Amino acid sequence: MGLLSDPNRRRALISLLTRLNSPICVVCYMAGVAWFMGLAFEPFTLRTYMSENAMGSTMVEERFPAGERALTTGREFSAHKKKAGGMPVDWLVKTMQARGLEVFTQRFSRKLPFPDENKERYMVKGTNVYGILRAPRAPRTEALVLSAPCTPGDSNNQAVGLLLGLAQYFRNQIYWAKDIIFLVNEHDLIGMQACITFSPDSCRGGSIQAALSLELSSDVITSMDLVLEGLNGQLPNLDLANLFYAFCQKIGVLCTIQGKLQRNDWDSVSGYSHSVQTMMLMVMKQASGRPWGDHGLFLRYHIEAASIKGINSFRQYKTDVTTIGRLLEGMYRKLNNLLERLHQSYFFYLMPSLSHFVSIGYYMPAFGLLAVILLLRALDLWVQLATPPPRTEDGITDKEQVSSPGVLSVLTPLVISHLTGVALYTLPIQFQEMAVEQFPVSETEAVVLTAIGVYTAGLALPHNTHRLLSGEGTEQGWRVLKLVAVLYLAVLLGCTALINFSLGFILALTLVPVAAFVTPHVPKVLSAFILVILSPACTLLFSVFFFQELQELPVSFQEGWLLYLSVISQGILDHFLYGSLVYPLIALLVYPCWLLFWNILFWK
Amino acid sequence: MAAHRCSNCAALLILCSLSVFIVVDSQETTLNGGHHATTVHNPQTTTGTAEQTAEPAVEERRWEATAVEEATPDDDDDAAASDKQDTSAPETVDPSSVPQPKDDFQEELVIRPLHSGDIYASFQFRTVWETDFMRGNKVSHYRLFPKSLGQVISKFSVRELHISFTQGYWRTMQWGQPFQPSPPGAELWVWFQDSVTDVDGTWKELTNVLSGIFCASLNFIDSTNTVQPSASFKPLGIGNETDHRFLRYATLPREIVCTENLTPWKKLLPCGSKAGLAVLLKSEKLFHSSFHSQAVHIRPVCQDWQCKTTSWELRQTLNVVFDLHNSAQGKREWSLFKMFSRTLTEACPLASSSKIYIDITDNPQGEQFEVSPATPLLSQAVVLGDRRTFSVYDLTQQITFGTVRSLNLLIRWKSSEGDMLRPLLHAERYVAGYGLQTGEIHTLMYNNHPYRSFPVLLLDSVPWYLRLYIHTLTVTSKGKDNKPSYIHYQPSKDRLRPHLLEMLVQLPPNSVTEVTVQFERALLKWTEYTPDPNHGFYVGSSVISSLVPSIVAMDTNSTRERPLFSSFFPCKEESSYFVRVYTEPLLVNLPTPDFSMPYNVICLTCTVVAVGYGSLYNLLTRSFQIEEPSPGLAKRIANIIRKMRGVPPL
Repeated sequence: MGLLSDPNRRRALISLLTRLNSPICVVCYMAGVAWFMGLAFEPFTLRTYMSENAMGSTMVEERFPAGERALTTGREFSAHKKKAGGMPVDWLVKTMQARGLEVFTQRFSRKLPFPDENKERYMVKGTNVYGILRAPRAPRTEALVLSAPCTPGDSNNQAVGLLLGLAQYFRNQIYWAKDIIFLVNEHDLIGMQACITFSPDSCRGGSIQAALSLELSSDVITSMDLVLEGLNGQLPNLDLANLFYAFCQKIGVLCTIQGKLQRNDWDSVSGYSHSVQTMMLMVMKQASGRPWGDHGLFLRYHIEAASIKGINSFRQYKTDVTTIGRLLEGMYRKLNNLLERLHQSYFFYLMPSLSHFVSIGYYMPAFGLLAVILLLRALDLWVQLATPPPRTEDGITDKEQVSSPGVLSVLTPLVISHLTGVALYTLPIQFQEMAVEQFPVSETEAVVLTAIGVYTAGLALPHNTHRLLSGEGTEQGWRVLKLVAVLYLAVLLGCTALINFSLGFILALTLVPVAAFVTPHVPKVLSAFILVILSPACTLLFSVFFFQELQELPVSFQEGWLLYLSVISQGILDHFLYGSLVYPLIALLVYPCWLLFWNILFWK
Repeated sequence: MAAHRCSNCAALLILCSLSVFIVVDSQETTLNGGHHATTVHNPQTTTGTAEQTAEPAVEERRWEATAVEEATPDDDDDAAASDKQDTSAPETVDPSSVPQPKDDFQEELVIRPLHSGDIYASFQFRTVWETDFMRGNKVSHYRLFPKSLGQVISKFSVRELHISFTQGYWRTMQWGQPFQPSPPGAELWVWFQDSVTDVDGTWKELTNVLSGIFCASLNFIDSTNTVQPSASFKPLGIGNETDHRFLRYATLPREIVCTENLTPWKKLLPCGSKAGLAVLLKSEKLFHSSFHSQAVHIRPVCQDWQCKTTSWELRQTLNVVFDLHNSAQGKREWSLFKMFSRTLTEACPLASSSKIYIDITDNPQGEQFEVSPATPLLSQAVVLGDRRTFSVYDLTQQITFGTVRSLNLLIRWKSSEGDMLRPLLHAERYVAGYGLQTGEIHTLMYNNHPYRSFPVLLLDSVPWYLRLYIHTLTVTSKGKDNKPSYIHYQPSKDRLRPHLLEMLVQLPPNSVTEVTVQFERALLKWTEYTPDPNHGFYVGSSVISSLVPSIVAMDTNSTRERPLFSSFFPCKEESSYFVRVYTEPLLVNLPTPDFSMPYNVICLTCTVVAVGYGSLYNLLTRSFQIEEPSPGLAKRIANIIRKMRGVPPL
């Protein structure tokens, strides 16, 4: 700071920064990306460790014996499900009651804003069944949740069977200090939401401390997969992942995250690319902001939750249901020991493997290096604006000329681009009926195509802006506009990265170069092409392909395009159903911000 | 035996004052001849003829005294007893100058097999002492009444004291209504005598003393969790004083009840845990249960019908529910041994009455469960608005113990059904909303009566750190606004007193009434957090007190053996009954700083303030200019010369 209070040195520093602005920006960008890629390198990451004292030192002994019986129950459930053509509510109620639980059912119905073509639903009606194991001598203040979804078709019957088996076993134990809610939810997240948004007959058992959602579709499995990413990229406390990992190690179950096993050869290229893949999958999932399992909605209520999926692949090593039951028993007994909510460990982290994690302190610099580019550009612009142009005679009159249209020339594009954003946010839902009448498309297609249409129409913005603006845009005018836009983008990305690092980082990767290089003086066609390529919509398109590539399920362009359309519709649905923030963030803030740069490119 | 009759009178009086102890009108009937009835009435008639001229009040008291004398194993002849009566008769005309206070002890166990397969055991020990602490009498001789409590009553001028320790929550939907309701944790309410001037000071001292007596954290009761309910807690004993300035009510929902609270409680019993029903109170079994609640109630009661003088009644109650799945391994078969790992061999020798009641109302023909050994004695009583039938085992009779000289009651279920009950009134409560800034407390009150509406008194005491927005208070039933006819609200004062909200709400028939109020979570000072702040902060149970229309009154086409003329207008006692329902306590998370890194935080803030803020402030508020240092005298002179020469200065 002493540096800045000395005017000479300050001047020298600023001149250095303005002179070397572009090279520094390039270096920062490279460094940011390199830092990010380095996060997956094992020596740079930390091993996971249990922070919560109540779950660490006391080892519990797992004794769950009744895996076979659980499978039989699962088959029974499947038969009743077929007979009832959906949730076998009566059978579940009877079975849970026979196991000594307090059983409740909850009916819910929901009308989606437009039909969900992936899951083929529009008017959703369903029933949740949940049985509460009341802990002896506990005052109903705390609870744990174990849920299994009742899905159509033949999947997930084993999960319900195991849930009922565990309920029976748990009921006969005396050591419970928290109520345990055994929930079978219909219509996955919609049912889950009905269950946890508090209403007179929602699943209540005091304040819920932790929740696990179980998915299991075969009698034997090869590995258990842990899904952490919840709504808006929220993650559960890292101790929950640690707990899962610790018990998998103890019981000898293969465990994966993002479907990737852990490898020991971190020093080889393939080992490194494996952990990069794992981490990138997590980043992509988190950035999408949608819940990746039925647990996803709990996180908003400050309830630590995760989904556990049993995977049956063609490996030699098989695990039976009894072992999974013991795994869950161990986890629930440890959670039962909790004296406080899980709070000791990290809430912000990335996992390149189940045994290693990157905490917020390590990954934030990668974003910081990208964000500093914006600040450097802003400084450069500020200096350019502050030093008057080297004309000596009518410098003063020139300045006045510049500043008077300045406000309007900045405000007009700002307002217009935000209005376009509002249109992008509201029109697709508003006009779906009209679109269905006018064109031969379904509602979902109408919504998605309207969204794309509005997005593309926004590209004509410079034309509209100039019609409103009186006279020609000046040299100073675009500088002021760009200064505002760059700072706006910096604040926007900074806030996004704090809430959802992955989303912030991916947006920064594409938008920062745009913000850095765009001026009215660069070659128009080429720049316009680059700008469109780096726009949020195209980022999403590339992300879809990249995600498929990471999952080792490459798709052709045709399939990718269809996937892209369904992702857009999913994003809009997630917002209207669960309150996911990604769609409004893109539509109302990021897209208008990008339009400002588009506007600068076509500045006249 | 006359003491037993006297307790009937007392019980009737209790009913009139809307008691929570609802043991009403217990009439013993016999099945196998009038054997028992004659034993009951024998002494009454004989002494009645012996002393016809005496005052009825004196007569009653004397009977009580003789009953106690005779309860002791010492089997002297009746002449000695009657001699004593004769000598004491002239002295007892003035009740205040009784030389030897007379006391009486009864013990009783009620066992109710529950629908869910669980079993409910409720102990009651009642000590009545004909003495008067009220007028500053110093009493130093104690017999059956525990001295520790007697001293507390006289020192702190307590008129009525009710304290309960509960571990677990009573599951109304599965178990029906309890005989003595109590909230989870500790609850204490005390009526002081109107001679007390500094009620708050006395209350503070009293809680500390009780804390020592019961080994509980009652010393944590202070002004921040004490309220003065205006309507919900009326005196249960005699007396018309209802100025709630002399009432204090507090709950500690976090209090954990265990053996260290049970032992002092057992020590208050005349027989300790050496003999009588208290033998069954073994902590390793009592705390291996679904619900455990122990309580002490002290109140003044009438000595006789005319109620000229008062006596002190101490009731110690203990309720416990054993779980079908944990304690019985899922087998629907209960015995005293299985429940308490003890059997009974004798009554407490000091007790004038010692009985076990088994609720067989749902089992008139023995098709649900069978009870062995069978007993000829049956008793009927209206309990909680419902006419119940009980099998009675009188432990003072040797025949009860049979040939093996030990009583091990066995209840074996024949059918198994575990349907949920629909109690006429029940309530629940929860916190809605997410985030750590605001929230909403929802209280749901269910009236399951098919056609009658009834009013309930809702009492909510919320700690100050949840700042209630009372303007958001809504009461709705059946989707419509339900305006309470009485609201008493006392706002909280930060760190001084809690919110108190009392409302009288009419519950429409067959409805759910929802009371919601929003709150803001306060940010505490860093020393005010508990050692485990992330566990959350407790809000005590809401208390719902009500007169509920009774099931007996609902039973219009009664086919019981009642004369027609008696059943047209519903009887007042039977038409409604008093119920107190407690909701579950709440666990609310407050915004909590990360206490694990105060050092980091302190370092960071100090650095930011010292370096960052200081310099930035400096940069922003000062303008920097380059200023030439003023030249020295020689230089100035040189410059003047140079100026004169027309040469540029140095």
